[in-house]
Amino acid sequence: MTELATPPRPRREFRNINAFTDLTTYRLPPAGLVSILHRVSGVLMFLLLPFIIWMFDTSLSSDYSFARFKGAFNVGIGFVPGWFFKLVALALIWAYLHHFIAGLRHLWMDVSHAAVTKEFGHSSAVVTLVLSIALTLVLGAKLFGLY
Amino acid sequence: MSVNYGSKRIVVGAHYGLRDWLSQRITGGLMALFTIVLLAQLIFTRGPIGYDLWAGIFAAQWMKVLTFSVIVALLYHVWVGMRDVWMDYVQPVAIRLVLQIFTIVWLVGCAGWAIQVLWKI
Repeated sequence: MTELATPPRPRREFRNINAFTDLTTYRLPPAGLVSILHRVSGVLMFLLLPFIIWMFDTSLSSDYSFARFKGAFNVGIGFVPGWFFKLVALALIWAYLHHFIAGLRHLWMDVSHAAVTKEFGHSSAVVTLVLSIALTLVLGAKLFGLY
Repeated sequence: MSVNYGSKRIVVGAHYGLRDWLSQRITGGLMALFTIVLLAQLIFTRGPIGYDLWAGIFAAQWMKVLTFSVIVALLYHVWVGMRDVWMDYVQPVAIRLVLQIFTIVWLVGCAGWAIQVLWKI
């Protein structure tokens, strides 16, 4: 075997990361960020499923329960203040928007060969992040009565 | 899945990858469609959205049928997703099994509740 003219440069080794020491300095590309947030938003909606169905229930069951539904967000229920309900709803709005847009991105990548490139992965991830956060801010402003 | 025994037996992973991958796409697509249908009905109305309008949307039989299939789609979509999460992050078999059982009970319970709400209207 011939010797290499120049010995290869020592490269950084990448192994499984440690959640406590590496996550804080781990730099994810936008596509990686979209991916992990897709998971986070999915788990969040899974855990808040009873709250979502409670909203479905109280808003639909009767005129009276509809008023209770509105009251929960305007004045609160029991010791839980209205702004807390709005905050949870805002988290759900973000989770749904992110999951929705990132999901459409997934579907698009599944049907289009042109979409499976590094460049498209980057640009579509940036679009996903910008769009989901912008729409969350717009709907959040409406939710908290800013307009 | 044609032959899955003898020397052809697949012994690695969850070995139902394609089926679940595809069903997660189909259920996701259905839920996206539902979102657009519901939003369209809310956007193309006049005046404030009160109880009558909101309940009226779900009172239509076709909307009930669509919502019902969306609830079932959600059940399976979330099961595949949460099972992936547990498989990725939880290695001890006992804890993983407990979490998977919790997921199933949680999801079936929620789906039952949602379906009950749907048919009260």
